[in-house]
Amino acid sequence: MAIAVSQSQQSVRRARKNSPMYRAWQRYRRNGFAVAGLGWVILFFIIGIIGPWIAPYSYTYADFLHMHSGPSWQHLFGTDTVGYDVFSQILYSVRYALEIALGATCVSFLIGIVLGLWAGLSGGIIDMIVMRAVDFMFALPSFFFALILVVLLGKGIFPMILAIGVPGWAGYARLIRSLVLSMRNGEMVEAARALGAPQWHIARRYMFPNVVGSMVVSLAFGIPYDLTAQAGLSIVGMGLNPPMPSFGNMLAQAGANILGFPWLLYFPAGVFAITLLSFLFVADGLQEAFNPKGGM
Amino acid sequence: MPSSPLLQVEEVSKRFRVQGRELHAVEKVSFQLDAGKTMGLVGESGSGKSTLGRLVLRLLDANEGRIVFNGQDITKLSPKQMRPLRRDMQIIFQDPQASMSPRMTIGAAIEDAMAIHNIGTKAERQKRVDELLERVGLSTVVKYAFPHELSGGQLQRVGIARALSLNPKLVICDEPISALDVSIQVQVIQLLQELQKDFNLTYIFISHNLAVVEYLSDQVAVLYLGEVVEQGPAEELFANPTHPYTQVLLQSILKMPEDADKRQALTSIQGEIPSPFNPPSGCTFHPRCPFATDVCRQKKPERKLVGSQHSVTCHLAN
Amino acid sequence: MAEALLAIDDLRVQFDRGEDEVFAVNGVSFSIAEGEALGIVGESGSGKSVTLMSALGLIRENGKIMAGTAKFQGHDLLKMRPRQLEDIRGRDIGVIFQDPMTSLNPVMRIGDQIMESMLTHQYAGRREAFERTLQLLHEMGIPEPKARFRNYPHEFSGGMRQRIMIAIALACEPQLLIADEPTTALDVTVQMQILALLQEQRRKKQMSIAMITHDFGVATNFCDRIIVLYAGQIMEMADTRQFLLQPAHPYTMGLKNSIIEIGQRDRQLSPIPGMAPTLTEPPKSCSFASRCPFATERCRSELPALREISPNHHVACHRAEEVLAHAI
Repeated sequence: MAIAVSQSQQSVRRARKNSPMYRAWQRYRRNGFAVAGLGWVILFFIIGIIGPWIAPYSYTYADFLHMHSGPSWQHLFGTDTVGYDVFSQILYSVRYALEIALGATCVSFLIGIVLGLWAGLSGGIIDMIVMRAVDFMFALPSFFFALILVVLLGKGIFPMILAIGVPGWAGYARLIRSLVLSMRNGEMVEAARALGAPQWHIARRYMFPNVVGSMVVSLAFGIPYDLTAQAGLSIVGMGLNPPMPSFGNMLAQAGANILGFPWLLYFPAGVFAITLLSFLFVADGLQEAFNPKGGM
Repeated sequence: MPSSPLLQVEEVSKRFRVQGRELHAVEKVSFQLDAGKTMGLVGESGSGKSTLGRLVLRLLDANEGRIVFNGQDITKLSPKQMRPLRRDMQIIFQDPQASMSPRMTIGAAIEDAMAIHNIGTKAERQKRVDELLERVGLSTVVKYAFPHELSGGQLQRVGIARALSLNPKLVICDEPISALDVSIQVQVIQLLQELQKDFNLTYIFISHNLAVVEYLSDQVAVLYLGEVVEQGPAEELFANPTHPYTQVLLQSILKMPEDADKRQALTSIQGEIPSPFNPPSGCTFHPRCPFATDVCRQKKPERKLVGSQHSVTCHLAN
Repeated sequence: MAEALLAIDDLRVQFDRGEDEVFAVNGVSFSIAEGEALGIVGESGSGKSVTLMSALGLIRENGKIMAGTAKFQGHDLLKMRPRQLEDIRGRDIGVIFQDPMTSLNPVMRIGDQIMESMLTHQYAGRREAFERTLQLLHEMGIPEPKARFRNYPHEFSGGMRQRIMIAIALACEPQLLIADEPTTALDVTVQMQILALLQEQRRKKQMSIAMITHDFGVATNFCDRIIVLYAGQIMEMADTRQFLLQPAHPYTMGLKNSIIEIGQRDRQLSPIPGMAPTLTEPPKSCSFASRCPFATERCRSELPALREISPNHHVACHRAEEVLAHAI
């Protein structure tokens, strides 16, 4: 009896070790860049949460005695032309950058999943209309679209989420539709139908677990894209209004003062670049982990 | 009074539209099948044998004809009305790996079949999974494994266990052994035979392997381009193959000879299976038939009885 | 006996699977004589295809040849540089695979693909290669060669594609044709056509054929000699005549018993129990012992050598004589 129990416990443990998720994690762990990237991304998220509390200065505090001073112990990353502390600015920016990028990615993804599922499951004329809309969105420069939306919606965090998120749905819709289509006529779904499974059961128990990997990967690629878009809007002056800190604003200001005060560029641009790279490494790592044959 | 057959298929046809062109996948096929018996469907690729299996299960909808299962006409039932009936009719696939979710353990896959139909409590279902796995000759430990960890033969046993979990009356076996190694094929055939006896199962056995179909079936239908060319009790049909196509199929099987002097001459039938989009006029087999006459080229042959239940669709049969 | 065209000696191949190694070919030795048709029979994982493909340098990335030689006309293929091997492949040794769709180039006209093999091996000039391609298409039984020359692979049926593959393989008149399950994906009537074509070509050109197959029916009707592989080792090797008369290895007998043939409705089935092993270490005892009804303690502890039990009949079984006596 005792032996039987321990045997089945062993089997359960073995099953977990062989589950597709566990094996994906094993593959991910072997990828050094992806692990390092994940580390930075986690740090970035932590800063996003606690940044305002650990920032040495408020983002509204201007140190008039130390305007455009270089890095020092008092101001780790130096100060800008008005005396704002660059280090604190970055800490605050992370939060807004994350809020906007994550929000926008969610908006794109939600619209994409609804339209993609609708198109894939219904087929026919609905599929055609949705796919033509996808083509249209791809043909349009999405940054231009975002600019128009900001003009229409006004500035601020929420309008930016919509401005970046709404035009970004097409890629997700296309991915989800193709995943649904590839499975809808496949033998796995046919087998589930033969068992008498209702549509929603097939979607939940059979289709969803098999697409979740691809969806996570596409989300992981979407976040850095939206981070860039958000900074881009700020650079052209359509982002958050100063003094609200954002990478875009900092970079725009740094660009104007590149000759005299280069640290204004180095630190924000450095942090931003490392962050983007980290997100891409994570996304790449996930891609490899979920779909090991995909690259070949 | 003889009881009515478990399954009646009457003049069933299925057409597919592919890029604006019409494809006759199944053309006016009829047969009856008594409970506990096996119907063998043989034919080469494009013969429509797998499509026919899916029509019977209502996984595809027929364009014409009637399917009566257990006395009930199921041709026009809605998907919702079909759902409870699915317990009684199951299918075993050629590629068990493709028919299972790679992210579900074997145990979960079998249990889900029962959960869909709200059979038993979770504990009862899990107990049943163990029983079923043992019944198909697998260790119960297999339930913790994922499909990619099992061999083709083991997975096919799991596929059989999953189909059995609902206590079906009719099981459609769609090329269940074609993807398996020779030594494993016999194991699975033997298992199917035992299960049929134990649970009084009715099989539709779809295969391109004539010998296995002959071995397992009570009734046989030979299909060519979606049409039944010959049909009858297995014993009679194989003792007296009458349609030229059946004869050609039988001649094309390479048997292991008894000794080297009895090796088969490698002589072959001309031509290939024509495109189902553009089937030949008259008898669809005429371009490849060694006996074809002008009538065959022009007129579609009628079904003729050559034995009490043995029918052939050929002008030249009598 | 004619001189050996290809002689493989003690070939060992293993695959790296990350967490472990798989021993796919474990000391296989055999030769193919000039003009001979050799059948290499086995189930999946038996190493039947890996053996010849690794000799030709067509081995998967994670595969490694650990030992052995493969002498083609006296030269060891395993010691050749990739350039030299490429030169032999397609010119002196033709290869056809199970699925022609994956080995044909989908965006190249089939005529050009046949010509290309002659041009790269400098077998013929452009003009001559073109003429010969038409001739080959005709010989392969492809109607209207001139018109079909310009078609792409997807415009052909499975059987026709296999004919095109054979045309490419035979373009440079190789001495040896390796056919890896050439008819497995085809319908029975088409299988017959392809085998008939191969046999006719073999007779006409006096070439050797190595037919890799899982089908005893194909092997025994087509080949002069049969090798049965199991777990990367030769279990039995015999002239087809001898092989049909009295297979002597329990595995061969079991396999033969596993085939259901026409007219056996009343037969009792007696399957081989269990399944073929995947060897993660080199075999130290008989790999078939766990499934063998004749196995003794010796079978489970000592690796049987391939030995000649009668002229031209080799068996790797400790108890071959007793098994034979039992069978008769």
